[in-house]
Amino acid sequence: MITDAKPIVTARIGVPQSWTLRAYLEHGGYEGLRKALTMSREEVSQEVLTANLLGRGGAGFEAGKKWGMLRKAEPVYLVVNGDESEPCTFKDHMLLEEDPHQIIEGTLICAYAVGAAQAFIFVRGEFALGLERLTAALNEAYAFGAVGRNVLGSNFSIDIVAHPGAGAYICGEETALLESLEGKRGFPRDKPPYFPAAIGLYRAPTIVNNVETMSNLPWIVTNGGQAFADLGIGRSAGTRIFSLSGHVRRPANYEVEMAKTTFRDLIFDPKLGGGIPEDRQLKAYVPGGVSAPWFGPDHLDMGLDQDAVGKAGSMLGSGSVVVMDETTCMVRAAWRITRFFHRESCGQCTPCREGGGWLDKVMRRIELGQGREADLDLLLDVCDNIAPGLGWPPQKTTICVLGPSIPSSITSAIKMFRDEFLVHIKEGACPFGR
Amino acid sequence: MARLTAENVQRARQLIALYPQPRSALIPILHVAQEQDGWLTPDVMAHVAELLDLDPAEVYGTASFYDMLFTHPVGRHLVSVCTNLACLINGAGELLEHAEQRLGIAAGGTTADGQFTLEEVECIAFCGAAPCLAVNWRFFGNVSNDDFDQLVDDLAAGRLADDVPPHGTLCRVRRRVGLTAGGPPDAPTDEGSRSPQDTPS
Repeated sequence: MITDAKPIVTARIGVPQSWTLRAYLEHGGYEGLRKALTMSREEVSQEVLTANLLGRGGAGFEAGKKWGMLRKAEPVYLVVNGDESEPCTFKDHMLLEEDPHQIIEGTLICAYAVGAAQAFIFVRGEFALGLERLTAALNEAYAFGAVGRNVLGSNFSIDIVAHPGAGAYICGEETALLESLEGKRGFPRDKPPYFPAAIGLYRAPTIVNNVETMSNLPWIVTNGGQAFADLGIGRSAGTRIFSLSGHVRRPANYEVEMAKTTFRDLIFDPKLGGGIPEDRQLKAYVPGGVSAPWFGPDHLDMGLDQDAVGKAGSMLGSGSVVVMDETTCMVRAAWRITRFFHRESCGQCTPCREGGGWLDKVMRRIELGQGREADLDLLLDVCDNIAPGLGWPPQKTTICVLGPSIPSSITSAIKMFRDEFLVHIKEGACPFGR
Repeated sequence: MARLTAENVQRARQLIALYPQPRSALIPILHVAQEQDGWLTPDVMAHVAELLDLDPAEVYGTASFYDMLFTHPVGRHLVSVCTNLACLINGAGELLEHAEQRLGIAAGGTTADGQFTLEEVECIAFCGAAPCLAVNWRFFGNVSNDDFDQLVDDLAAGRLADDVPPHGTLCRVRRRVGLTAGGPPDAPTDEGSRSPQDTPS
């Protein structure tokens, strides 16, 4: 159901010039920071733990818990991940452009709570306007006294640097992001030992949190962690932004209460997605970024619940839902996703670098009508080599999870739409005409 | 078009001062270099290596990893058409084909006059307006074939010069201050004075 929970992180979207300090202050801006600075660092962390705020980047790890795992050493760095690149996710892009001060305020609260020496907001390079607005907002925040020496007159001092990326999906992975921030190629690091909280930026203990995660902090501090935990159900607390795209009448970002709102609400409710154009039939949807296995109509009544979706064999991931209707060629859709992973592989690990290429090639020939029936087994065999057992969550043969994410779309498509593959192969052409 | 200009060396030094370790400024400086020349020339990469006390190969090694950094010339307008899932199922393949015909080049190519480079890109996070594209990383959504033709005409005629700066110019707002947390506030740098547009709309 659609609940009457008020939006938290998108509350100011639509306010004229919402990205300016003036608009931000007129709508409660920097009040959370002011309150946080009257609390002890531990009290701020406790509120976030109480809130049960799951990281909004993709892995869904409890933010408060992450902060508690920092290795006890100086300095500590805070890195905010705004490298949003998971296909069909476009919420952080919006937050950066429309409400950069909220990100800065959240970053300041987090930096205070974890005792960071310096904070970096890593912005996906392609987000030119987001970078401009964040940089302008930082200039304003410095002039206002909210960033820099003696934040809002307190003893707390912190610098924030907006850091531009340069175009690489893999840099959304936290250890690759740190390599990139150190001026290197975006090669993920092995975990263990390189958990950022232990060995992060410049080998110092580092917190890496997503832009939307940071954006929730001012509200949580202002209203208390319990108020946030009261929204949603259980571990899926609070509201969350879902990026809805594909075959829907109203593709957009929607902030809804977690768990209580279902996929059906999101896709079909007139106030949200508004259903499929021309009332065509739903074929399948991606429930949480293209790394996630697909769901069919039978999962529509499932809540947008981190654990329920995980138990059902997929993930809420980055919060992007892509709707595919009856006009979609599922072979082509799965091939496009496969090609994406092949292109974005950093090349360190053989199963991902080579396996992704093989899968791309085989999917391509099936879509172009040159496949053979044995290709289905071949696809599954290569997938099994990348993620042994083809279970969920996938087994890893690689340093990071990019490789094990490749099989999701292929195995989903074969499992749900095997006939479509066979038609491509038998007729020697794509039945959808392209 | 060889080394960084004196002004850009100054910008590079200010960027280096923002980080605990100089090499972290490498990618931001490469964006400055690309703003200067439109792409990364071998000479400019060697100069950046000097500024950061790196080997030129280390600079090239980093630059060559990233899709937005070009080690070969590109057009004044980099047209990046997304064909990932949400765009794909909303006609991006057809849009890309149309773009190739309109510009007379295949994806990856540059027009003979150096005005346009066309590329097929992965998701650019504008999926609420699929199919979409970016020109020099300024976004355009719900692009029909007619919209595309109009866009190309406008770009060629210079009518969008305020919205779409030449390729390489990523962020037109400059940071006004250096690091201040560790000591008394720095005097404002002269970075800000060149950028009237502090609140991009």
